[in-house]
Amino acid sequence: MSTIAQKRGFASTIWDYLTTVDHKKIAILYLIAGGIFFLMGGIEAMMIRAQLAVPNNDFVSAGLYNELLTMHGTTMIFLAAMPLLLGFMNAVMPLQIGARDVAFPFVNALGFWLFFFGGLFLNLSWFLGGAPDAGWTSYASLSLASEGHGIDFYALGLQISGFGTLMGGINFLVTIINMRAPGMTYMRMPLFTWTTFVASALILFAFPPLTASIFMLSFDRMFGANFFNVAAGGNTIIWEHFFWIFGHPEVYILILPAFGIFSEIFSTFSRKRLFGYSSMVFATVLIGFLGFMVWAHHMFTVGLGPVANAIFAVATMAIAVPTGIKIFNWLLTIWGGSIKFTVPMLYAVAFIPSFVAGGVTGIMQAVAPADYQYHDTYFIVAHFHYVIVGGVVFALLAGVHFYWPKMFGTMLSEKIGKFTFVFFFIGFHLTFFIQHFLGLMGMPRRVWTFLPGQGLDAGNLISSIGAAFMAIGVILLLLNVVITSVKNERVGNDPWEDGRTLEWAIPSPPPFYNFKQLPLVRGLDAYWLEKMEGKTTLTPAEPIGDIHMPNGSFTPFVISLGLFIAAFGAMYHVDDKAWAIPVLIGGLAITFGAMAYRSIKDDHGFHIHKEDLMDDDNEDKGVKA
Amino acid sequence: MKDRLTKWRLLSVFAVLALVLSGCGEPFLSTLKPAGAVAKQQYDLMILSTIIMVLVIAVVTVIFVLAITRFRRKKGEENKIPKQVEGSHLLEIIWTVIPIILLLILAVPTVAATFEQANVKEMDKKPNKDGVRDALVVNVRANLYWWEFEYPDYKVITSQELVVPTDQKVYFNLISSDVKHSFWIPAAGGKMDTNTDNVNKFWLEFDGAKAQEANNLFYGKCAELCGPSHALMDFKVETKSQDDFKKWLSAMQSAKAASPTDTAAAQGQKLFEQNCLSCHAVSPDDARPEQARLAPNLATFGERSRVAGILDHNEEELKNWIRDPEKYKPGNKMSGTYKQLNEQELDQLAAYLMSLKVEEQ
Repeated sequence: MSTIAQKRGFASTIWDYLTTVDHKKIAILYLIAGGIFFLMGGIEAMMIRAQLAVPNNDFVSAGLYNELLTMHGTTMIFLAAMPLLLGFMNAVMPLQIGARDVAFPFVNALGFWLFFFGGLFLNLSWFLGGAPDAGWTSYASLSLASEGHGIDFYALGLQISGFGTLMGGINFLVTIINMRAPGMTYMRMPLFTWTTFVASALILFAFPPLTASIFMLSFDRMFGANFFNVAAGGNTIIWEHFFWIFGHPEVYILILPAFGIFSEIFSTFSRKRLFGYSSMVFATVLIGFLGFMVWAHHMFTVGLGPVANAIFAVATMAIAVPTGIKIFNWLLTIWGGSIKFTVPMLYAVAFIPSFVAGGVTGIMQAVAPADYQYHDTYFIVAHFHYVIVGGVVFALLAGVHFYWPKMFGTMLSEKIGKFTFVFFFIGFHLTFFIQHFLGLMGMPRRVWTFLPGQGLDAGNLISSIGAAFMAIGVILLLLNVVITSVKNERVGNDPWEDGRTLEWAIPSPPPFYNFKQLPLVRGLDAYWLEKMEGKTTLTPAEPIGDIHMPNGSFTPFVISLGLFIAAFGAMYHVDDKAWAIPVLIGGLAITFGAMAYRSIKDDHGFHIHKEDLMDDDNEDKGVKA
Repeated sequence: MKDRLTKWRLLSVFAVLALVLSGCGEPFLSTLKPAGAVAKQQYDLMILSTIIMVLVIAVVTVIFVLAITRFRRKKGEENKIPKQVEGSHLLEIIWTVIPIILLLILAVPTVAATFEQANVKEMDKKPNKDGVRDALVVNVRANLYWWEFEYPDYKVITSQELVVPTDQKVYFNLISSDVKHSFWIPAAGGKMDTNTDNVNKFWLEFDGAKAQEANNLFYGKCAELCGPSHALMDFKVETKSQDDFKKWLSAMQSAKAASPTDTAAAQGQKLFEQNCLSCHAVSPDDARPEQARLAPNLATFGERSRVAGILDHNEEELKNWIRDPEKYKPGNKMSGTYKQLNEQELDQLAAYLMSLKVEEQ
């Protein structure tokens, strides 16, 4: 990388990241921003568990508690889990399909900055009069009754970050459809790419209902519309439908990429191709499809009537079938393999019992009459933490360890990683297993405190102790990141030695153009196939030639900043502030101005010349050695 | 690593056992101690689904443990390349068909119970010439942090403590007057939301024998986040035999506004009329429309088991509550709607409120 990328100063590195359109750098941005939000959501969780450790506690006030639970849920789903997964998709998916970047690098950067400013806006609520307090579901009657600007922060913040996510989803769809390397047919795509594909399709269909309903909520609160105002002919149940038509697929948007990461890890560290690859693909698509058919199981107690409840109960049970297929395929993947217990593999192995436990309680909830008991209790809290922590967060932690060398060129310490795993795994089960019973014993969820003498004291204390274990695990992970970065021991292309897919055939981190020559893909697990034939590099599909690359751009940042500013105007307009409308208009002017600038000014990118690539060749060899 | 994992798993098994042995929660609160037909049916479904799911978990665990123990990469196997298996149609069919069968076993009772528990036809049957239906109907109205229970056929209204007869179906009309809440008596059956948009209907039944185990007093909860004091929106359910319930109803119907003999209480009544009566009614036959019934009906206050649904029922706690409701139920609608009372006035008011009784007059 001699001529193009040199050592830079700190300021120029910042500028580089502010303007980058490189999917690998955007992945790092997602990882940093998502990681920070993950820590914030974690701190909120710790405060929740501290408050509930003993009955009648007054560690936090009732109002603050509701803000904490709302922000914990909203942050973890929208600002931590999803962006972190988008980060891995960005980092890995283009490499897995043998592409030089995503289809729309500019839009990719725009997606990140929209997410970032949306999340920033939402979290500024803590300092500007109070955070949202109506739960991450923000049910309409309560969210309209909520005082202050908390819900406005929720609506506008999620609206902005939602645009970003939607753009990301569309971008990945186009990338996977159009930019696969020669020979990379759909049925040769690695499973992480497949799950990215299906999750992106889910984003495409699930986010518009959210966008529409949040618009209605914003207009109700800020401009006096009456979509959800019952007294004026509105309806609050429709919010619940909209929210869950988005909200249920959202769960699969999170879990499918997690499945993808685990599929890669299982087959890598068992040294076996994925068992039943085509049925895995089929199951992924089917889960994605069925994910849209079951939203009303979140609403069994709303009073939809027995016909709707029965239909949605049975439809929900149906999802168990493809999910079961996946579990058994993973089991058969490691069966007969040569299992190496690295840190990512530990998470993958721990994922199976944890996720199965979360999955079966999901089936139990599909039994509608029994769900009348479970609904809105700690049983539900336990269930969704089992699937989201035991599934998604385990996948994120596994992914961090697994892809760290590919993203940063150095490996996280396996030793510290194992300690992280032990603390997190024990803490997770300690925290959430007992919550099933708390729910069954009559503890509703989202309660600020509970009275003594109801048989709930011991369970809550155990749960809070477990949370502390998880916190220790996360702190160890942070330490690991710091120590690893300081040591900075460089690694080669395939640091796990058993890499199977294309990303492990190129240097770590990859050069900014990824593949000097697009590879020829000759089957599933393309790199593994080459290795088995004794080769160390991929078969090229083209001669070395000039590579066309996009220029960096500051415009995505400016477009997002404009919306960020406009959101303040929209929000404070309610308080009759004179400056509100000008700020709203000014912010929108910045956004549309930047968009116009982008449309009018031609940017053809640049070419990396053949000769420079030849020069690079020598340096790459140095890295490999 | 593996050994450590198995040890931890053993430990969690013991933890579960300990929990099971220590009981399944309190009989007045726990869904695991069902005290009525609805709760029992739901409990049976829980058990059925749990058995099926434990079966699934057992199968997965056996395969899982065998796989991770048998196929570890051992020393000297660093270069071993296992056979690359594509898949197996037979296995795929097995693990698709068996779950489908298991789900069918679960789906049939699920659908049946869903329809049975939604059957409220009795509510719509014609009333007799006095306007009384055969079915006992209670209108539940949820409000920011209190509950109103109206027996429409008997023109009786009470609050915070629902009184029901045992061993007969009780039908509920549920609605909310501000934001969405959810009406839940865990020991008697699952919850149903009180929407702002529409009236929801369902039924519950309270088993006489089980009710005795719970001292004829069940806990009820709000199960939908409704604001700061959501956690404190409790109510109580008092169960009576069918005869006692009839007596209670007629006592409620014939109850007259209390006229205290005690001087302190008489003073308290005056204070109450000046400060509280515009929201709180003191007789069970409140004829005002529900929009005007802004606060809990206090006709039976002296007989309740809790002040404001959460505090112990004595004069001291009552005075604490009136002194500063915000301290006990943040965000309630009572704070600041009446004048500041001095200690003597508080004593008088408490004496009056505690004298409000229907049954023991």
